[in-house]
Amino acid sequence: MPLLNQPVSLSHYLVVGAILFACGILCMATKRNAIGVLMGVELVLNGAAVNFVAFSAPFLRGDAELALGLDGHLMTLFVIVLAAAEAAVALAIALCYYNTHATIDVDEGDELRG
Amino acid sequence: MELARLVPLLLLFAWLLPLGSFAAIVFAGPRMGRGGHKAAYLATGAIGAALVLSLAALGAWLWHHPLAADSQAAAPLSGDWYTLAEFGKLRLAIGYYIDALTLGMFVMVTLISTCIHVYSIGYMHEELGEVTDPLVRGSDGGPLVRPGRFPRFFQYLSLFCFSMLGLCVAGNIAMVFVFWELVGICSYLLIGFYIERRSASTAANKAFIVNRVGDFGMIVGIMILLGGLGTFAFGDHLGAGGKVEPGIFSQVRPASAEHGLVVPDGLVRMAAADRLAAVYASMPSADAAEEEIARQIPQLRRAGYGYWLLILAGLGIFCGCVGKSAQFPLHVWLPDAMEGPTPVSALIHAATMVAAGVYLVGRFYPVFAPEVLLVIAVTGCITLFLAATIAIAATDIKRVLAYSTVSQLGYMMFSLGVGGWAAGLFHLFTHACFKALLFLCSGSVIHACHTNEMTEMGGLRKKMPWTAGTMLAGCLAISGAGIPLLIGLSGYHSKDAILAQAFSFARHAPAHGWLFYVAAAGAAITAFYMFRLWFMTFAGKPRVEHIYDHAHESPAVMIVPLVILAAFAIGAGWTLPVVNWGLPELLEQARPLGTAEGFPEARTIAGLVIPAEHYSHEPALHRIVSLAAFAAALVGFLIAVAFYGLRLLSAEAARRWFAPVHWLLVHKWFFDELYDAVFVKPALFLARQAAEIDRGVIDWAADGSARLCVLIARIDDWLDRWIVDRFVNGLARWTWRLGLALRPLQSGQLRQYVVMIAVSTVTIFILVSIYRNYALLP
Repeated sequence: MPLLNQPVSLSHYLVVGAILFACGILCMATKRNAIGVLMGVELVLNGAAVNFVAFSAPFLRGDAELALGLDGHLMTLFVIVLAAAEAAVALAIALCYYNTHATIDVDEGDELRG
Repeated sequence: MELARLVPLLLLFAWLLPLGSFAAIVFAGPRMGRGGHKAAYLATGAIGAALVLSLAALGAWLWHHPLAADSQAAAPLSGDWYTLAEFGKLRLAIGYYIDALTLGMFVMVTLISTCIHVYSIGYMHEELGEVTDPLVRGSDGGPLVRPGRFPRFFQYLSLFCFSMLGLCVAGNIAMVFVFWELVGICSYLLIGFYIERRSASTAANKAFIVNRVGDFGMIVGIMILLGGLGTFAFGDHLGAGGKVEPGIFSQVRPASAEHGLVVPDGLVRMAAADRLAAVYASMPSADAAEEEIARQIPQLRRAGYGYWLLILAGLGIFCGCVGKSAQFPLHVWLPDAMEGPTPVSALIHAATMVAAGVYLVGRFYPVFAPEVLLVIAVTGCITLFLAATIAIAATDIKRVLAYSTVSQLGYMMFSLGVGGWAAGLFHLFTHACFKALLFLCSGSVIHACHTNEMTEMGGLRKKMPWTAGTMLAGCLAISGAGIPLLIGLSGYHSKDAILAQAFSFARHAPAHGWLFYVAAAGAAITAFYMFRLWFMTFAGKPRVEHIYDHAHESPAVMIVPLVILAAFAIGAGWTLPVVNWGLPELLEQARPLGTAEGFPEARTIAGLVIPAEHYSHEPALHRIVSLAAFAAALVGFLIAVAFYGLRLLSAEAARRWFAPVHWLLVHKWFFDELYDAVFVKPALFLARQAAEIDRGVIDWAADGSARLCVLIARIDDWLDRWIVDRFVNGLARWTWRLGLALRPLQSGQLRQYVVMIAVSTVTIFILVSIYRNYALLP
């Protein structure tokens, strides 16, 4: 594994982000519990956020004159805020879902089946 | 109230009352009591009230213009009640022109109409319930049974009276024409009252169509007068700015020419339009041209410009009167008008329809040139002789009376034509009384016998004394019976006046003296056929037993009008001594200005002088004529007595001796056949040809284009169904199938969606990487 022999660089962060993202997708695809799905969503968001942060960190990129921009950080902050809002809405949905279905198993909610 | 306001107001109400009754019966007739019998009381009440109002108006008039032995013309009242429209100087108005003639007509029309209304209550009672008409076959083959039309009859009577009164009071020709046509349509409706009978509907059509022929001439006359004089009004009236606009009469007979006949400027301009246009072209300004024209007009008038237009206008107006009053070429409709109920015949023959024509000739008298008067006289003379001869051979009681009416109308026209204005109109009034009486009597007979044929009657005098007595009075009146030179029944006075004027005319214009002898002969024939009628109906032995046995006197409601009318038939011609109250004196008041002194010698016919009427009153002349007229009537009477009263001579034998003449008279001089051959057949032939063209060409083309349309529509339909619809339906079907195919993808499973999104994203990513040569793969 060549990555493990090298100092920490952008690629490492990207790998971590990709793992997080993949874990999130896996979680969303496998969990039947709505809360679990939500957690998967958080993982996906955070995986993306890690990527943003990694890309915008100047020392990780190695080209200092291009690295002054804070756009990646901003996007990350935006993602975090979005995630918080999303969590609130999603939990409300989960509660409603429970009210109507008496369970939070997402497989039960197939009213929109074609 | 002053006369000029009171009299028009009274006449306005008298005129509109029948209209109100008409409107009420139209809307509520069938609901007025059982069978609508109260409609009769309404109509009779309206016309009776109109009679009272007319009498009041006449009284007011006579209070201001008392009658005297030498009555002078009193100024007529003219004005407008309501202006319908105004186009520049031309006014269309509901106006009035009231003189003694108008008032006399009002009283006469309302009096006779009232009698006829009362009589009709009795005569038409069968119409109250269901009516069985034996002359019409119903749909089941038996006699037709139909609901009664009692209210409708009175509704038409009211409209008829309204129209006739409107015609009499009219103040302008436009209004005259409107009411003229209304009278025509009323007669049409009433003649065709038994509409189911083919003969009745044909007679109604005939009356209407023949009258249209006359009206065509009348429209020509009206157009000439309107074009030349620029006004419809008879009398003068205040125009815009307080200026007096001269009416027709004062334009044709201006006061400046002492009411002599003058061709009005307008007609001169019309006739000389070419010359005046040349004047306009040659003059520098319009004003100068007008001045020059004004200078030239008297010259042109002397040269005769416009005179023919005046003659043509007069002939046109007279042509309308020929149709309405059933004069010689257009007399054929009146005898057929017998198809209506008998009271209608009485109304048409006495007070309304046919009187309208004579009245209008009297009214337009100032406008007629001497040439027109000669035409009128000759027409009247031919009519009186023709109709009298036809009446000799007729056996239908109403037909005899119808031809006698035509003949008497001929007398009136003849009298007006030879200058006897007052005599002609006097005869109109007296004739109205005795002809209404005669018709109602014949109605009473028909009511009793249920037949019109005199050959089936006879001896009815014992069964129907009142009818026989009143009818005898009518016969004596129409024959002109009286004590010569002293007094007589109404017809004696009026016919005397006519013959005296004819004699005076024959003296002044010897070239046309034959007219007098024809008229005198007509008087003899009149006496003959009237007494033939009376003897055949009432005297002798019954000819058909069961009809005689069935006959009965009519009810009082029918007899009372007969008695009233008989009184007028006897006395209408009298002039009360001392106070000088009489019809001739009344008419003398209405004599149009300028006609009292006769007419000057005609411009185009040498030796034609229309003498003044007062010449005929000279005792020397009057005595001769009186005796001659009486002798003529006596001869006619004696012949009738010889043939039908005492049966000294055999009518059968006379018929054989004069077989060709009898054949001619029975066929009414072949007028119907002639008109049938000359007008009706060609018209029908043309109509049939037109129908053939319609069917063969126009229908064929129309049908063909319709069929073509259908064909094109079929093709269009096929295209629509098999091409357009298929394409659209196919598209819809494929969309549907695609939807069905994609349906399982929408499982509603959240997790599945997530997997799909992820897999798709990755797939897209990989694909893009491959095709864009991106860095994912080495």
